Amino acid sequence: MPKKERGINVGARRTISYVVLVFFTILCLFWFYVLFINATRSHSELATGFTMIPSTHAIDNLNNVLHDTIPIFYGLLNSLIVSFCTCILCTYFSTMTAFAIHAYEYKLKKFIFGFILAIMMIPTQVTALGFIQLIRKMNLMQSFIPLIVPSIASPIVFFYMKQYMESALPQELLEAARIDGAGELRIFNTIALPLMKPAIAVQAIFSFVGAWNNYFTPSLILTKNDKKKTLPILIAKLRSADFAKFDMGKVYMMITLSILPVIIVYLLMSRYIVGGVAVGAVKG
Amino acid sequence: MRGSKNISRYNRWGYIFLIPFIVIFIVFQLIPLGTTIYNSFFEHYFANGGITEIGPKFVGLQNFGTLFSDGRVLTCFKNTMIMWILGFIPQIIVSLLLAAWFSDPSLRLKGQPFFKTVIYLPNLIMASAFAMLFFTLFSDFGPINSMLTKIGLISSPIKFTSTVMGTRGLVAFMNFLMWFGNTTILLLAGMLGIDTSLYEAAEVDGATSSQVFFRITLPILRPILIYVLITSLIGGLQMFDVPQILTSGAGGPIVDGKKTSQTLIMLLNDHLFSKNYGMAGALSVVLFIITSLLSFLVFKMTKSNDEYK
Repeated sequence: MPKKERGINVGARRTISYVVLVFFTILCLFWFYVLFINATRSHSELATGFTMIPSTHAIDNLNNVLHDTIPIFYGLLNSLIVSFCTCILCTYFSTMTAFAIHAYEYKLKKFIFGFILAIMMIPTQVTALGFIQLIRKMNLMQSFIPLIVPSIASPIVFFYMKQYMESALPQELLEAARIDGAGELRIFNTIALPLMKPAIAVQAIFSFVGAWNNYFTPSLILTKNDKKKTLPILIAKLRSADFAKFDMGKVYMMITLSILPVIIVYLLMSRYIVGGVAVGAVKG
Repeated sequence: MRGSKNISRYNRWGYIFLIPFIVIFIVFQLIPLGTTIYNSFFEHYFANGGITEIGPKFVGLQNFGTLFSDGRVLTCFKNTMIMWILGFIPQIIVSLLLAAWFSDPSLRLKGQPFFKTVIYLPNLIMASAFAMLFFTLFSDFGPINSMLTKIGLISSPIKFTSTVMGTRGLVAFMNFLMWFGNTTILLLAGMLGIDTSLYEAAEVDGATSSQVFFRITLPILRPILIYVLITSLIGGLQMFDVPQILTSGAGGPIVDGKKTSQTLIMLLNDHLFSKNYGMAGALSVVLFIITSLLSFLVFKMTKSNDEYK
């Protein structure tokens, strides 16, 4: 080590940063590597300890998962339905709400905008009690509707859309469309929505992943039929069942199935996602 | 232009476009909030394993008294805070360090998109599956213990999942892994927004990189750091999936009759499942007040930032 801070040259600092970055890269990826390797190994192979080389039992494990009492493929399908519908409703209506605040002038505008910002951080858990009582009264227990429809009012997604709109949607464009005689709903659907595509793509992924990973609310609503449950509830079941009796190859395969779709989508879209996080962050 | 008939006619659409949000918000958030608060004033639960319904009987603020006197809430609050702090401290240090490196023009680090992609990845992983994965990997005869034994670091397996430090440590570690990438990207955005002429001036004056970091970067980042702290605290108070799955909802291990990894939301979840509406309501109201106060601070900051522009 050179004498003082000042003495450390750029080359040395660069080397240190690469070493640390590689360390954190490994720290982030290691678990998933172990998971994928273990998902290809049989129960007896897993009992012998860990190796870094994949084995040949991936198909067997997949077959075992298919015939297990925990209906993971129903879970995949259910999660897909809930997440897809949530994603569509959430992004469409959040963009619409942002448009309502961005494109028009009216008395309550400032108040409503301030109100949405104020409630942005309040977690859904604190209203969960009233929420289930309401859902029970509406006769919607065991249904996907209470998991999907409330996402229409998503303050955080709204806020992101509003921020993006300020730079992407000039008022002059709307004026021009009005002069051409377009109706307001048409202006929203054919002018605002297409211009918002990049922001919608980012929030579509976030809302999809958020719904896909959500455990707290679905576990309170989908309580009866295992075939109607979403993935996180089934994963939780895996943990609470008698763990020691499980075929570990099967357990790893189930976990793989529940996180692999998100990893694939993320790797395909990561450029937009990481950029999207930063855009939201310029605020703050 | 203002006041023209045409304009006021289409401005009406502002209200129309707000209808979906407002209706859904009132039905699925405001009304539930109201009934949750209402419930907190009633004694209402099911005894004898859920057969006998007690109440609902109006008891005023008695539920809040019970909430704090039976000690479980304070234990859960303590557990939540310990696990949050254990994860947050390394998270903020590592994030500051990585963001400083990413934004340092003299370092010119290559492969930044790759590193950012990788460190953000854990944030998107299903927390329940991630916790399940860690439970299997860190079990007494799981891969981690088998590796450590093979290398010769330990002679008998470390009991990660059945000791207090092991369980809390695992929860904190998972929270760290899931959030440090996110925080890094937030801080990096803030650092890239700093006027480069400040750095150039510092360089001319012969400041070292650590002087630049502590004298220029940190003070300017203060608002973002506070924002990160408060939002992370709000998130920390909601901690649920990871400890719930890791301990199978038990919040164990139990020491002196107290659960050592049960969080506030896990306690709420218990009350909801056992249909103790009074206590669930009271706990929700307390959590609502705390998170409202915290989010009010965030709201203030967001607003004052808006006024800058």
